[in-house]
Amino acid sequence: MSKIRSNPLGVKLDRRTFLKGAALGLAGTALPLNKADASFWEAFFQKHFREMNDDEKKKVIQRLEKEYEQKYKKAIHIGSEKPMPGVLFGYGLDLSRCIGCRRCVYACVEENNQSIDPQVQWITVLRFKKGEKWIDLEESEKYYNPEQVPESGHFYMPVQCQQCENPPCVRACPTQATWKEPDGIVVVDYNWCIGCRYCMAACPYGARRFNWGEPKRPAEKINPNTHYLGNRPRYKGVVEKCTFCVQRTRNGRYPACVEICPVGARKFGNLLDPQSEIRYAIEHKRVFRLKEDLNTNPKFYYFFAYGR
Amino acid sequence: MNIYGKKIGLAILIALFPLVCAVFSFAESKGQEVPKKFLVPPPPFSPGIFPCSQCHKYMPVNKKQRKLEQMHQDITLKHMPGGWCFDCHNPDDRDKLRLANGKLISFDESYYLCAQCHGVVFRDWKAGLHGKRTGMWNGEKQYRLCVHCHWPHDPPFKPLQPLPPPARPADIK
Ligand code: SF4
Ligand code: SF4
Repeated sequence: MSKIRSNPLGVKLDRRTFLKGAALGLAGTALPLNKADASFWEAFFQKHFREMNDDEKKKVIQRLEKEYEQKYKKAIHIGSEKPMPGVLFGYGLDLSRCIGCRRCVYACVEENNQSIDPQVQWITVLRFKKGEKWIDLEESEKYYNPEQVPESGHFYMPVQCQQCENPPCVRACPTQATWKEPDGIVVVDYNWCIGCRYCMAACPYGARRFNWGEPKRPAEKINPNTHYLGNRPRYKGVVEKCTFCVQRTRNGRYPACVEICPVGARKFGNLLDPQSEIRYAIEHKRVFRLKEDLNTNPKFYYFFAYGR
Repeated sequence: MNIYGKKIGLAILIALFPLVCAVFSFAESKGQEVPKKFLVPPPPFSPGIFPCSQCHKYMPVNKKQRKLEQMHQDITLKHMPGGWCFDCHNPDDRDKLRLANGKLISFDESYYLCAQCHGVVFRDWKAGLHGKRTGMWNGEKQYRLCVHCHWPHDPPFKPLQPLPPPARPADIK
């Protein structure tokens, strides 16, 4: 069986052809010339997102919108809203409230167009036994499935991308396909990611997900309001993760998981605004961040609003 | 010169100190009240039950503490041992709630009533920390009334069925 890898450009190369082409020192040999229409070369020579000017971004987005429209037979809007000045996003999660219902996990999947099969989820809810040495991640359980939550003697801790100020994943990426935006969100350019998964190895929180298979999601379930750096449909062989719902939050809205949480355990806001909810949490409650000792400096704060 | 300017500024500040304090304490006393009306959805009445006056208008007021037998039997009060309807409901105008100080409030401001005992939670709720809010993180926010999550006659949050756990690696084909 020849190993065929399909890439974002929609070009199928088997390894042998590629090596042949490489041996001749002529990339063109390896690339099927009948596919060599303008859009193909545009995609091939697409610049790094941060080096593009607004015009170039617009062109790329138009090309992608066309591709998505052909694939899903419906219009998909790709935004490219820039970070707002004076905004640094922070997240709070009240562990004394979370009941482990996993509503957030699925709201995130719906909002952010994750693959349903193979399953990709950005939030993992961990269950811990209440006790002295409670935050022992090794002892946590993510497959709990009782009739009802919360279960007595347990508490729950959802984990997703912690949007570190000092993100190890960004340093690990050999192609700079992932970086931290000025509003603090760590983003991935799915057209720049080569799928080496170094970032996944580097992330201390297990927050990154890999598309091992062709992401599958029925067209009618695709959320058409997307962002280039956020929830636009992904490809096989690229890495993705929570983006604080960049497509919503850069337009002033709360993230999807904040809005679904039935107990209101999830808080979101601008860390630079002293009036924000997240600042109130940090100033009035006992907050901690996960694996603080690694100096990743996450902008995701866990807290206990009430001692219970 | 510069130094003088600074000193004068400081002197003025010190002179004005009592005034500044007054302004702050005024702001603080205002802070006791909720500064604005919170955007909340309508209270979660059982269908058809409000306004209460549609029935109570025609009934004599019986202030005796008793077991209800003709209506509202579904309510067993599991909130405040020894509590009773008129701790919160207003006997003379049933469409209002009544605070301990006698002030009448409408059902869509019921948080004042809860705040009489749950002051710490109320403080957090006002700041947006307790309870759910939706809308804009930098703009208009939809609050929830306490009673949207806590049925006032039996307040603890009711357990839910969790959504399915993630697929185990062994289940992935
Ligand atoms: S939706 Fe809220 S309560 Fe449910 S698991 Fe997520 S954070 Fe916890
Ligand atoms: S902020 Fe958005 S992307 Fe991140 S976990 Fe919540 S719903 Fe998912």
